Amino acid sequence: MDIMQAIEKDIMPLERTIEFEIGDTIRVHYRIIEGNRERVQVYEGIVIAIDNKGISKTFTVRKISFDVGVERIFPVFSPKIAKIEVVRKGKVRRAKLYFLRDLKGKAAKIKERRMKSVKKEKKGAAAPSDVQAAE
Amino acid sequence: MKKALFGKKIGMTQFIKEDGTVIPVTACELTPCVVVQKKTVENDGYSALKLGFVDQKESRLTKPIAADLKKKNIAPKRHFGEVENFDDSLEVGSEIKCTIFQENDTVEVTGISKGHGFTGVIKRYGFGGGRITHGSHFHRSPGSIGAHTYPAEVWKGKKMPGRHGNKTVTVKNLKIVKILEDKNIVLISGAIPGRKDTLIKVTIAN
Repeated sequence: MDIMQAIEKDIMPLERTIEFEIGDTIRVHYRIIEGNRERVQVYEGIVIAIDNKGISKTFTVRKISFDVGVERIFPVFSPKIAKIEVVRKGKVRRAKLYFLRDLKGKAAKIKERRMKSVKKEKKGAAAPSDVQAAE
Repeated sequence: MKKALFGKKIGMTQFIKEDGTVIPVTACELTPCVVVQKKTVENDGYSALKLGFVDQKESRLTKPIAADLKKKNIAPKRHFGEVENFDDSLEVGSEIKCTIFQENDTVEVTGISKGHGFTGVIKRYGFGGGRITHGSHFHRSPGSIGAHTYPAEVWKGKKMPGRHGNKTVTVKNLKIVKILEDKNIVLISGAIPGRKDTLIKVTIAN
């Protein structure tokens, strides 16, 4: 193993495999500290990019808030992320969805990837998690 | 007493703290250094410890160095460096590890910066340069280098194009973020001079 990879493995603050893919709508539960109080804020949007950079791995979530596009980059291994939920699977053919920045309204919608039968659903559910584990 | 160790730069990465803050860090390999010689004021005019580091084949050493190390029963070493005002109680042949440092220590790192070759004033000194378009003929040149009849010379030290980088640079006020003892790796906050594998000296700031 490369020595930098070995170091990054040693200083990894937590173990987390991401269970979503590009184009999915996800809900990120993010811990926010206000004074002495800690609360959890939920940020929902479409995953438009995942950057694999070892311990610095990040994902970008885009949403439209009051007619303004908002993109937020989360470090995958941040202890501030309490939970990540997948709300909707997306059907896309690209690894980076930066083209969504130029689209508005209905054009910026992403088709949902539907599981046709129970058999296929099992297959579909197993495959992506395998890919993520390999990453 | 000054504490210092020699080693090499390995590369940069990020360190994620428990509260989620991310610090840019440089990983440095500080291999165990062996005391090769104790220089004293009586003998050498100044006091210092000569340290040897990074193992080497004996055939690659020059004969005087090989013979000296053999006499002192020290394994062949590739590089040598001196540290002044180090712990005098250390004997010749004793090993110094990266455990002399502690997390949160303030250190300074000395190394040779990346060489950029012959560069102009914009890259070397950060001059502004001129316009590229709108009919400008003044792009990246240094401009005027002085006045006319008085002083009738170019002042010494005028910033001009020339060799940039490849100099010994010390970066101060860096923090030790993490020590990985089993790998002899120390993570130091921020950037340090040089490319990967640059030899560096890490000193605890007084």
